[in-house]
Amino acid sequence: MITAERKPMEEIFHSVEPYGKILLVGCNECVTVCHAGGRKEVAMLASALRMGRLKQGAPLTVDEMTLERQCDPEYAEELALVVDQYDAVCSMACGCGVQTVAERYQGLPVLPMVNTEFMGSSEKNGVWAERCAGCGNCVLGLTGGICPIARCSKRIFNGPCGGSSKGKCEISPDVDCAWQLIWDRLKQLGQTELYSQIMAPKDWRSARDGGPRRIVREDMAI
Amino acid sequence: MKSDSNLEKVLAAGHFAVTGELGPPRGANLQAIKDKAAHLKGMVDAVNVTDNQTAVVRMASWAVSLVLREMGMEPNYQMVCRDRNRLAMQSDILGAAALGINTMLCLSGDHPSFGDHPQAANVHDIDSIQQLQMVTTMRDQGRFMGGAEIDTPPRMFVGAAANPFGDPFELRVLRLGKKVAAGADFIQTQCIYNMERFAEYMRQAVDMGLTEKTKLLAGVTPLKSAGMARYMAKKVPGMDVPDEVVKRIADQPKEKQAEEGIKLLCEQIEQLREMPGVAGIHLMAIEWEHRVPEIVERAGLLPRPQV
Repeated sequence: MITAERKPMEEIFHSVEPYGKILLVGCNECVTVCHAGGRKEVAMLASALRMGRLKQGAPLTVDEMTLERQCDPEYAEELALVVDQYDAVCSMACGCGVQTVAERYQGLPVLPMVNTEFMGSSEKNGVWAERCAGCGNCVLGLTGGICPIARCSKRIFNGPCGGSSKGKCEISPDVDCAWQLIWDRLKQLGQTELYSQIMAPKDWRSARDGGPRRIVREDMAI
Repeated sequence: MKSDSNLEKVLAAGHFAVTGELGPPRGANLQAIKDKAAHLKGMVDAVNVTDNQTAVVRMASWAVSLVLREMGMEPNYQMVCRDRNRLAMQSDILGAAALGINTMLCLSGDHPSFGDHPQAANVHDIDSIQQLQMVTTMRDQGRFMGGAEIDTPPRMFVGAAANPFGDPFELRVLRLGKKVAAGADFIQTQCIYNMERFAEYMRQAVDMGLTEKTKLLAGVTPLKSAGMARYMAKKVPGMDVPDEVVKRIADQPKEKQAEEGIKLLCEQIEQLREMPGVAGIHLMAIEWEHRVPEIVERAGLLPRPQV
């Protein structure tokens, strides 16, 4: 999933300062799962904004709404009936959701309330970790199911570098060395011969370096 | 010969090679380079010029390499994958080769979080093994990574680093093998303090036939004080400093610790000279360039061969 974290309150207050009436819009997908921008977080942020602004002597009207999927124009359309009543839309979705709403409602400021972080999975309750860099050409089959691009701090294809120590990365004892994990798993799978082959330089065109990416499926066109 | 590198010639002639190291200044200070370099002249066969080491901005390694060249020394031009993509790397290599730099070293580079610009983007377009392949392809096939032909290929004697003490230990020699397969003409290792573990590493490397395909220079760094020994033992990633080494330095009174460090180093060099597969040493006297003449003299490494 896409992970996110709410922006610092100070930044949020600053960004809504010019406005008197806002619509705070959550999303029922990824940001709900990672507790950053679902219905519950929308309610919490809405209360905090109302109270904070009241304290400042500049009351703010905050209405709440949570869309099924904010990155889908079909669901963003649901805002059409009400959106005219507001000075701004404050989105608690990831950057994809914010942009989908902004694209649909061109004349309206749409402000991000969360920082979109990474594509990851949940390691345990309350902990999410990066797993995929969306490079457009998956190598997990060669690396024991552990991604060297997303999980090695230097995205080394032929690791580990000299900084791997006791299974941890040189940048922090809290970060696993991806190549230690890869090697351990290759051993478990009986695929250690994969290690001795030099992995070729990456063609980054499939990643962000080739310019903004799109997927076009002719078979899906209506 | 693949290049005009003095290091290549020294190694090819079968001499026990000695390389040194020079960290570029944190400013546009030409004199600082010349002062440091003067201590190394005639004492080593090539001088590594570090490339923004520990991710701290310093003068460009190619520029400092050129200064050494002009002083009649052989620079070993270091290039890390952290700061340059494949376009920048290849253009810098062409420029360096055209201006008389014959030796270079391919490295991953320390992570920016260690340095003075932790905000910086981390390039890592290619890794150090792919970088080695890139340089040898440029030199031997006269082709850029993108496939186009090079008008005048760069004649670089190209090396790589190896850390015998990183984890997992069983991968260390395998990764060295990948560097050799990628075309490393020579290898310089991380600082060695655990001689037993290094000997085991060398046994494996020799058994795999790697030392027949590449020249391995064992990395050594004199311990200047007990404080430095403890720092190396505890703070430097991938470093293995046994307790007895720290103790040996720390047991000396403060004013005698540096001398004990040099004694220890000379003993190490003695052992390394006898170790099968070791073709030389890489002496990293960190901010201690002025002691290098004394060290190489006492270690019996002078005079350096004229080849």
